Amino acid sequence: MAIRQAPHGPIWRKRTTPQSIALWFGWLLLVLLFVLAWEAMTRNQIWAFVWDAPEQAADLFGRMVPPRWSYMDQLWVPLWDTINIATLGTLLAIVLAVPVAFLAARNTTPSPLLVRPIAIFIIVASRSVNALIWALLLVAILGPGLLAGIIAIALRSIGFIGKLLYEAIEEIDLRQVEAVRATGAGPAQVLDYGIVPQIMPAFAGITLFRWDINIRESTVLGLVGAGGIGLQLKASVDGLAWPQVTLIFIVILTTVILSEWVSARVRAALI
Amino acid sequence: MSEGATRYPRHWRRPPLISDGRLRWAIYAGVLVYLVVGIGAVEVNWGRLSEGWERGLRFLGGFVEPDFISRWDDIRAGLIESLAMTLTATVVGVLISIPVGIGAARNIAPSPVYLACRALIALSRSLQEIIVAILFVAMVGFGPLAGFLTLAFATIGFLAKLLAEDIEDIDAAQVEAIRATGAGWWQVLDYGIRSQVTPRLIGLSLYRLDINFRESAVIGIVGAGGVGATLNTALDRYEYDSAAAILILIIVIVLVTEYVSGWVRGRVQ
Amino acid sequence: MLRLESLTKRYRTGDLALSEISLAIPAGQVVGLIGPSGAGKSTLIRCVNRLVEPTSGRIWLDDLELTRLGRRGLRHARRRMGMIFQEYALVERLTVMENLLSGRLGYVSFWSSLIRRFPPADIENAFRLLDRVGLMEHADKRADALSGGQRQRVGIARALAQEPEILLVDEPTASLDPKTSRQIMRLLREVCAERGLAAIVNIHDVLLAREFMMRIVGLRAGAIVYDGGPDGLTPAVLTEIYGEEDWAASSDLSDTGPSPRPGVPDTDELVGAL
Repeated sequence: MAIRQAPHGPIWRKRTTPQSIALWFGWLLLVLLFVLAWEAMTRNQIWAFVWDAPEQAADLFGRMVPPRWSYMDQLWVPLWDTINIATLGTLLAIVLAVPVAFLAARNTTPSPLLVRPIAIFIIVASRSVNALIWALLLVAILGPGLLAGIIAIALRSIGFIGKLLYEAIEEIDLRQVEAVRATGAGPAQVLDYGIVPQIMPAFAGITLFRWDINIRESTVLGLVGAGGIGLQLKASVDGLAWPQVTLIFIVILTTVILSEWVSARVRAALI
Repeated sequence: MSEGATRYPRHWRRPPLISDGRLRWAIYAGVLVYLVVGIGAVEVNWGRLSEGWERGLRFLGGFVEPDFISRWDDIRAGLIESLAMTLTATVVGVLISIPVGIGAARNIAPSPVYLACRALIALSRSLQEIIVAILFVAMVGFGPLAGFLTLAFATIGFLAKLLAEDIEDIDAAQVEAIRATGAGWWQVLDYGIRSQVTPRLIGLSLYRLDINFRESAVIGIVGAGGVGATLNTALDRYEYDSAAAILILIIVIVLVTEYVSGWVRGRVQ
Repeated sequence: MLRLESLTKRYRTGDLALSEISLAIPAGQVVGLIGPSGAGKSTLIRCVNRLVEPTSGRIWLDDLELTRLGRRGLRHARRRMGMIFQEYALVERLTVMENLLSGRLGYVSFWSSLIRRFPPADIENAFRLLDRVGLMEHADKRADALSGGQRQRVGIARALAQEPEILLVDEPTASLDPKTSRQIMRLLREVCAERGLAAIVNIHDVLLAREFMMRIVGLRAGAIVYDGGPDGLTPAVLTEIYGEEDWAASSDLSDTGPSPRPGVPDTDELVGAL
């Protein structure tokens, strides 16, 4: 805020002059960056494809409906696989993420200078890489199949569960922990009686939330060969079998909505 | 004390979470059966696995000695595409989500507009980025433009929903106060709502910038441009050292954007 | 018998919380520790069971020097000291019975505590204690379902489950209404008498301290400025502990106080004299 003297009396401005120049310069920079980025992005664009995109879209839509309902017979097993990838992947992630979270939380880590940075690094590395990229790597290493999908989901989820869980651990009520320690309990007992009961609700919420996300993610892992319904999606897209694609989209959407409903119900029951 | 006068129980069990014993055992059994069946369905090809073990080691070796040089031109082009997609999609996505978000706020939008905006948000949120990318690639062809459209579409669902919730949560008293001065709808929007929502909008946009970069690394797999395509190619050619270099770059850029956007958000709010 | 000898605590921030405290508390004596916030009351009782590590000085419980114990020895010694907390510090999401049995954690192995299998004698004793504090029917409730007074009763029972020789009590009535506060203080006195327990009770309410304590220790800025019977808490002494205030107006202290007009101006001199 600034008030400036002018010949015909003071003028009120929201910002001082250097502030408004900086702000103006910031916006200019953003516009400039946008133009540059747009140039870089569209350098090799064949615009003819874009101009007939509405036509293409209409055409695509025309070919997508009606869905080929009979294809459903071939989707039950991939769907079951998809759910397994998400569920087993989440379980594996829990097993790996819980110790990492305890090592990463400031108030439970055995060594804040050595162990904590390693645990934080594991969490960050896991979070930075999308499940689909993990799957891409694992398929290259392990070969296509459910196992690659499960491990990909687990690797991505470690960071998510680990981060939220260690934040929950750092927020616990220390007086309850102190009270348990004062009884002469050992460190493992303090963990069991003082800390674990406090983080259980957060833990349940986090894992259910992640399971829900994992259901979504596992539906597309098949695109890179990591099993599940994505395999059928890829085959149908590659074969231009659009009515099948539509059916797969419907199945995926339904599964996602159902899993959201299930996780909301379970969460309500647990907490 | 009257010891011995009253007898106290010598056994105690913690009351179980599910009080109905039969239901509890049914759930235990169900979980057990699921685990057996589920894990049983995972076919493990041990021959392939031992072969994979050796590849895994080679890949880890790639992390120790990542090769930025051999495929540098591809990597650079991919990264520039990814960053360009991220920036343009975020800007355009934010610009579109502002009117959509206002339209989806129950307290200021008329009912038909509200329903239309909410439907758009729901559609954007329930479709996975990768699926949207497949559709856009089919419409506009391979390349980063499809990626841009995908990310912008996803940004709308994310940002407009949070923006609408923010507007619905704003302090009604402040809006009342502005309205009481005789301000029109646009003025109410400008003075009563913009001032309350802007810092959060900037914060959320930066957060979405992070997410968009991460996603831009993925949608290349289905042909929507960006560094994901480069990574896919490197893995197809079994060039693990180049793939490791790309992954390291992705992680570093994610960390940097996360740090910068966190810093800016801290300054703005 | 608990003995403190030149106990000093300086926090890492540089604040001197306790300086050269020496104190002896014989078995069965219930001592009230009063003083303004920040006088070091909490630090003092936490130094005794070493939830806070003293900077220097020594502490003995009978012949055992607590300040020299290693980790294992300290855990064993903590079993002999029951602690009761301000705002109860129960583990909110565990049942009342689990909270009570957590008093036995120093006696049972990790595995049996993990699967919640405590020895029958412990369980029987826990029920007896629960009955003693009047919460028999609440055994299976979660701690966060109880009222404030009930929770503090569980806190007392948990400390007693340790079969301690001394109770360390930190502001037991800080979040309770006046009536419940008196009930809790009475219960404390009773259980101490029943079991011949010594206790150090941090308490901010002077009236409660006068009524329920056998001996009062006044703490100001980390040093003992009063040590004597509850009857000796004259307005002059209170001024010395808490600073100047019209003590007569807020309580019935004027009955016993020798001076009807409180507020001795020269406090520093008096501190020096003690």
